Amino acid sequence: MKQDLWIKLDALARKCSPLAITLVLVLISIVPAHIPGYARIAPLFPLMAVYHWAVNRPELLPAIAVFMLGLLVDTLGGTPIGVNALVFLTVYGVVAAQRRFLLGKPFWIAWLGFALTAAVAALQTWVLLSLFEMTLLAPEAIVFQYLTTLGCFPILAWILLRWQRAYLQRN
Amino acid sequence: MDERTRPSYRLAAPIKSAAQRFAYAGLVVSAFALMLLAKADAVLLERVRIHVTDAVAPIMDFVSRPAAAVSEIVDQARMLADLRTENLHLREERARLVQWQTAALRMQAENADLKRILNFKPGPGARFVSARVIADTGGAYAQSLILNAGTRDGVRKGPAVVTGEGLVGRIAGVGQRSARVLLITDLNSRIPVLLEASATRAILAGDNSDQPRLMHLPPGAVVTPGERVVTSGHGGVLPPRFPVGVVASVSDGGIKVQPYVRRDRLEYVRVVDFELGGALDSEVTPRDAAGALRAAP
Repeated sequence: MKQDLWIKLDALARKCSPLAITLVLVLISIVPAHIPGYARIAPLFPLMAVYHWAVNRPELLPAIAVFMLGLLVDTLGGTPIGVNALVFLTVYGVVAAQRRFLLGKPFWIAWLGFALTAAVAALQTWVLLSLFEMTLLAPEAIVFQYLTTLGCFPILAWILLRWQRAYLQRN
Repeated sequence: MDERTRPSYRLAAPIKSAAQRFAYAGLVVSAFALMLLAKADAVLLERVRIHVTDAVAPIMDFVSRPAAAVSEIVDQARMLADLRTENLHLREERARLVQWQTAALRMQAENADLKRILNFKPGPGARFVSARVIADTGGAYAQSLILNAGTRDGVRKGPAVVTGEGLVGRIAGVGQRSARVLLITDLNSRIPVLLEASATRAILAGDNSDQPRLMHLPPGAVVTPGERVVTSGHGGVLPPRFPVGVVASVSDGGIKVQPYVRRDRLEYVRVVDFELGGALDSEVTPRDAAGALRAAP
């Protein structure tokens, strides 16, 4: 009986881990890095995680969780509330539609998929914020941020994939 | 990675998928609604933002310490490497500063004498609150910091945030134990400034780039690169004559200012609060100041 409870708790912890990891990434991404010029082009780790889980285990990161994560990013990051929520949902939606194509393909396809999705996300953020602030935002920082995000994706994807293989194997 | 048995497909897949789609659409609409609400009623959502920030502040306070420690170690290693040049540089600087000290002491005495002659009533003193930067947020889209001090430490909305080098920004929102600083580089930052040499007034407007620009200069104003930019103190709240930066470039595209404060070096900052908070303008005469003091509750 007692062992049964532990097994259940263990399974629950595993199920919650994609959300927990993404949550931790949200917090890590706002830690002051003390690296010159980093703050403005810091890679969007939460976006990578949303993409990764949406491709690999969407049932463990439902749309409502993605929405809440986006709200948290907005709330902590000082962007208008709702912007990142919408961007994350778009990424999630685009991936959900293309999931059959992306699943089980070599890594570079997933990376390419991310490149396209993140480009859509960057463009969407830029348009939404420009509309919100009623001014055309300077695009260069956003382009650089996109590039650093793209460059860091394989590292995070590799870690998440290892995690998935170790703790989220389907029975 | 391959697709195996999916439990969701076993039971009533079509219904479940329709429900999921419906929920997704609902969330997208909610996100839009929140953005509209943020545009229409900023106060309400700002309050939510403050509460959430407050809740996360202790975690960030904890998480940001290792990062700060690592950066300190790197700094120290770098310092060790150029100890000799640094020493030479410091000696030179010291010689220069001793001269300045003499000048400052003489001026202080002179200033005290003149104040006595004029029967000058000093303005309200400033109160300082020191705080640690626990989050650097916003990336390319917004420029703000989170501090680990809030209302319980005596921080309120509005005052300037400074370091020894210059102005960092202003307190944009404050919770019980955390506060949000809007950096001078943020798109929504507007700071009344003076060009020190020519005493020209202007507004320093952030545009999310590293170098905010000067706006609303009087017609015919001449600005040269290298000129110091200081706060004017107009509109109260901000301390007058506080260093902000130097004019970096003057072109058709605008006048760019390089701030003295380097964002990546920020760890401890000070919140400068004039106790009258906004009621007192910096350049009023002592009589006006006395009037403002009486008028204030």
